[in-house]
Amino acid sequence: MIAFVRGGQTEKFEILVIRYQPKIFGVVRRYARREPEVQDIVQEIFLKVFQKLETFRADAPFEHWLMRLAVRTCYDFLRQHQRNREYNVSDLGDSENNSNVLERSSAEPKATERSAAARELVEAILAQLSPAARMVITLLEIEERSIKEIAKLTGWSETLVKVRAFRARAEMKKALAKIPVEKYL
Amino acid sequence: MKKRLTPEEFVQIAREVPRDERVPYAFEKRIMAHITSSPALDPLSLWNRALWRAVAPCFGIMLIAFAVSFSHHDEIAADSDVDLDNAVLAPPDAGFDLSV
Repeated sequence: MIAFVRGGQTEKFEILVIRYQPKIFGVVRRYARREPEVQDIVQEIFLKVFQKLETFRADAPFEHWLMRLAVRTCYDFLRQHQRNREYNVSDLGDSENNSNVLERSSAEPKATERSAAARELVEAILAQLSPAARMVITLLEIEERSIKEIAKLTGWSETLVKVRAFRARAEMKKALAKIPVEKYL
Repeated sequence: MKKRLTPEEFVQIAREVPRDERVPYAFEKRIMAHITSSPALDPLSLWNRALWRAVAPCFGIMLIAFAVSFSHHDEIAADSDVDLDNAVLAPPDAGFDLSV
């Protein structure tokens, strides 16, 4: 399929998009919350894939190359939007809409609502982290990838990944300290 | 004392959140529309781009030329000053005809 696209059959690229877009949406939704932003990022990823398809060397699976591009695009997005992020964690326990995420997750038995509450909580914590910290926590802790894999995905050295992981855990502890969990008990 | 989530508890909660892989309807059409509507490069835009890229080096050459000419101008100016002094302070019998 890649050979067809490289050969000039642009319409074949749609097949690649259809095949990989669910996975890419899954990746991007870990880093962006608003649906318009998610769609813009996914679009940017696929446009980059199309423009850089000539540089793809078949020494590794296409999916690995695609994921590398996706992760780096998500990281660029996090850095660009770092200043715009104003997520008040205290609203989790105070506001009517997001009130008591943890209480809902424990009191309401419905799996989907519990999952939505957990998703909100996770997003609230991750939004407080710096871009590098968020990237490392997501890849290392949540997705349980190895240091080597993360280094390949991000383009960072393994040493840098370890240093960032250490700092990210400290940031995560600080972010978690702001969450009032007494209602959960 | 307020209880806080430990990092391990948070990570456990985060791992249990399923990945959201929903795709908006006909999203691939949107991608293909962008790809097929990209304008092809025309020679005039390439020439335009090359001209703009040449602005910075041309400006640098201009500054260098100005600096070089300015340093030579000081020498000429110094000579002009000497000539002016010689003309103004020349003795009366230096060849001026004041009989008119």
